[in-house]
Amino acid sequence: MTAQEAPALSLASDVRGGKVSAAEVTERHLALIGSYEGSLGAFVSVLEDEARKEAAEVDRKVAAGEDPGPLAGVPIAVKDNLCTRGIPTTCSSRILAQWRPPYDATVVTRIREAGAVVVGKSNLDEFAMGSSTENSAFGPSKNPYDTGRVPGGSSGGSAVAVASGMTPIALGSETGGSIRQPAALCGIVGMKPTYGTVSRYGLVAFASSLDQIGPLAQSVADAATLYDVIAGHDPLDSTSLDRPSPRTAAGLGEGVGKVRVGVIKELIEGVDDAVVARVREAAEELQRAGAGVDEVSVPELGYGLPAYYLLASAEASSNLARYDGVRYGLRIDAPNAEAMNSATRATGFGAEVKRRIMLGTYALSAGYYDAYYGQAQRVRTLIIRAFARAYERFDVLVGATSPGTAFPLGSKVDDPLSMYLSDVCTAPSNLAGHPALSVPFGTDELGLPVGVQVLAPALEEGIMFRVGAAIEAAAPQLPAPRVGAREDLRT
Amino acid sequence: MTKPSHGLTRDDAAYVARLARLDLDTAELDLFAGQLAAVVEYAAQVSALDTGDVPPTAHPLPLQNVLRPDELVPSLDRDEVLSQAPDVEAGRFKVPPILGEGS
Amino acid sequence: MSLKTTPEWEPVIGLEVHTELKTETKLFCGCRNAFGDEPNTNICPVCLGLPGSLPVLNLKAVEFAMRVGLALGCDIKPSIFHRKNYFYPDMPKDYQTTQYDEPINVNGCLLLADGSRVGIVRAHMEEDTGKTTHVGGGGRIHDADYALVDYNRAGVPLVEIVSAPDIRSATQARLYVSELRAILVASGASDGRMEEGSLRVDANVSLRAAGTETFGTRCEIKNLNSLRSLSRAIEYEIVRQTEILDAGDQVVQQTRHWDEEAGRTVGLRSKEEAFDYRYFPEPDLVPVVPDFAWQHAVGAELGPMPAERRERLIALFDGEEVPSARIEQINTVVEHGLDPLVTYAAEGDVPPALALARTANEAASDLEGARTVDKDSYTALLRLENDGTLTSKQSREVLAELLRRGGDPREIARRMGFETLGTDSTAKAVAEVIEANLSEWARYLEGDDKLSGFFTGQVMKATRGKANGKAVVAELQRLRAQKGID
Repeated sequence: MTAQEAPALSLASDVRGGKVSAAEVTERHLALIGSYEGSLGAFVSVLEDEARKEAAEVDRKVAAGEDPGPLAGVPIAVKDNLCTRGIPTTCSSRILAQWRPPYDATVVTRIREAGAVVVGKSNLDEFAMGSSTENSAFGPSKNPYDTGRVPGGSSGGSAVAVASGMTPIALGSETGGSIRQPAALCGIVGMKPTYGTVSRYGLVAFASSLDQIGPLAQSVADAATLYDVIAGHDPLDSTSLDRPSPRTAAGLGEGVGKVRVGVIKELIEGVDDAVVARVREAAEELQRAGAGVDEVSVPELGYGLPAYYLLASAEASSNLARYDGVRYGLRIDAPNAEAMNSATRATGFGAEVKRRIMLGTYALSAGYYDAYYGQAQRVRTLIIRAFARAYERFDVLVGATSPGTAFPLGSKVDDPLSMYLSDVCTAPSNLAGHPALSVPFGTDELGLPVGVQVLAPALEEGIMFRVGAAIEAAAPQLPAPRVGAREDLRT
Repeated sequence: MTKPSHGLTRDDAAYVARLARLDLDTAELDLFAGQLAAVVEYAAQVSALDTGDVPPTAHPLPLQNVLRPDELVPSLDRDEVLSQAPDVEAGRFKVPPILGEGS
Repeated sequence: MSLKTTPEWEPVIGLEVHTELKTETKLFCGCRNAFGDEPNTNICPVCLGLPGSLPVLNLKAVEFAMRVGLALGCDIKPSIFHRKNYFYPDMPKDYQTTQYDEPINVNGCLLLADGSRVGIVRAHMEEDTGKTTHVGGGGRIHDADYALVDYNRAGVPLVEIVSAPDIRSATQARLYVSELRAILVASGASDGRMEEGSLRVDANVSLRAAGTETFGTRCEIKNLNSLRSLSRAIEYEIVRQTEILDAGDQVVQQTRHWDEEAGRTVGLRSKEEAFDYRYFPEPDLVPVVPDFAWQHAVGAELGPMPAERRERLIALFDGEEVPSARIEQINTVVEHGLDPLVTYAAEGDVPPALALARTANEAASDLEGARTVDKDSYTALLRLENDGTLTSKQSREVLAELLRRGGDPREIARRMGFETLGTDSTAKAVAEVIEANLSEWARYLEGDDKLSGFFTGQVMKATRGKANGKAVVAELQRLRAQKGID
């Protein structure tokens, strides 16, 4: 694969083949970070020393004839809600600003074993709650296509790192769309795996039955490769499916002949005109490439977002209870333990986190459980069944990833509800546990990137990536970001 | 199943904040009460759905009986763990008194 | 203050017993499940509840929980875990992973020694908390300056056994806990040590008008560290509530702490009404569904329960009337799980009464030793006592040593100077004394049994006290019997 088709894979191939050293690749990317990070704010911490050590280890393996792995020497940004031993893992929150975990997340171990070089921990909305990175306690990240606009969230930092070229790949996490939505707003590829295929051990929990870790990349091939590296059974995660690591990257070029594609009406209704136009164009390209394309209505999807907010907030309110100032993290002193706990949380958490905890606590509290939480769980079943019906007629479904393109910084912070609506196209897949992929396809009239979403049934990442690759192949050339340096976008 | 009223008073917000262990001042309580009321009303669209005898899905996965053997795994180094603690004494985590002043 | 309730009020008591399971590792992680280790040395991301950690259920803990359920006659059901959300410094996640409305064991029953039955509503799995030590102000929570937390115990597997409110007196409550403890020990799932905290009891006590069905307001009593505390506390509480009700007042529902020194229950600082735990299904765990084959396999591992074990010991006495002192001994032996020793010895030709007495009296006072003693050595020792080689006093001394340090009983006896003359030496000594006292021997042969004392004395003199009186008499009788045959 060429550097344009698969930047990360081709880098790895060069490192393995001795064409370039991992050390050199790392220096180059650290220099890019040096140039652009100031304007973009993608990182919470840049790990120069650690990266150089990891790169040296890759070079040692190459020299010794040992296999350095499929991502040998490839710099990667890791979302700062993934535990890295001895390295601050802040979740972009004041409450964990100084916390150094005593262990690595399983996915971190796997990417290192694959030879990737972790150059930094990327910025996010605090505890992954948000769609713009404006909820980060350390300041928002900026969209490389227009630094007056948000990159999306919560994996905004990872998206910015990849979109700007500071790293070719990154790890993000999703609960309601936090990989796909920023990928769409920044013009890159982002993917959410089938729930249970990637271990959550070491991912700081937001909503346990929804959270998944996934790849962000400049190409579908790189995203698939990174997915193959991180996926596979983990005995440390009880919700991890007992399946070996997948091999989706291999089948990408098989084309979409005879694939049945359904364009979801509800994922283009209420969506910006430019975005709708791009989705229809992408669908036409698929048809041209041999797929059978038709429209489908899945009305239950409309209930996905409210159900998502109830479920996610409820689980979050419990998952975040542990931040109490006792064992790690911020502590605000007080005369008794309960007061210390409440004061610590009041100071340590930002407004959005508090809001979600309040909503979740309310949804679970006596008297409301059945009407809110219980009901949301039933809506979840309805959505799973609705998808199942659609998949009787179609192999994959497509639609918009985000109802709009990148919005200006500050434009939605005072209206939480309008911010929540950013997830309307993505949340249903999280509820169902299905895989979904966002592929860049053109821009709007302002030159802001648009993402097209491909949804597939559980465990059908293979066909999902194939359709994504076809869309990518037919996509109009994306302009280079205003801030950053993208080798792969040079015509 | 009674349909709950979605208006949230400041007292409701205060009760929830106590349960959630969040020390909020009056201004925050008012702000949250308002914002939450809007979100709750939006989210309560789900209450409107007729779910009849649809079973709840706790998990998208059909897994069961995921178990591990009763075998020892090395524990963490105590020093490494305690190095992250806000306050430590005699190898233990130190906290203010449970029933201290004001509790 | 009378200890009898007035005829109007009937006590209604339910007990909640928590027992730690005897697994190697904790419920959700591979840290050591042990008591008394250095603080915070058996911890990991999971039991410390570190961000990003996830629980994985211990197979052995599930099997032990199933054993307990089966031993209590429960139905084993598919079950899930729930989160019970509340804050306390010894709770690493500020929620406890427990079982709520879909527990693993339901609907059992316990038959007590007095013939009464107590229903078991449920016996479910949950994780234990860490341990908080209050420092300053005498170590009590009320005057402490600060607290220190050790998470070694956090995540240890527990089974909580909830009885139906079928208990009607402090005595019955005590019987219930004794029998339950014996069952838990017999099942192998627990070592049932109340004083060490591996068995904890809370009592729910209320009164109702005799002959009515409606329950009265109940109080939960905590801090019961022994059977004695349990019965004292219940008796106190019955009296306290009686006085309130007799005066026409209402009992306030609350949790009360048993103060052992003062001999009374004390209401804990009143908190808001029934705390809202916001239970919801634990999303990080999946259901436990024991199929019939698995249940059957666990059941097969389960040995006989105390009631059956008591029956088996009684059966050793071949239908003889069993006096109450012996019943006491049988209860003691079974309660401590030492009945296999008795049975083994009895099968090794030791009279059951002797085996039972030694086990109930001596072995039970060194439980550590009794649980690890070599059964053959134990049996051999009791045989030595039985055939007269050792006196009962000597036997008990050797036994104490055998339990403490093991070894060969004959060796130990020799070291202690209980040089038991071997049968040959005894026979030789007897033969020599007979030779020297032929006229007495002739009279003995004709039936003068009083002379056995004479001969015994002579043999003792000749062997300088080393012979065993019983052995001498046995030898005399043997020789006489032989003569009879000739």
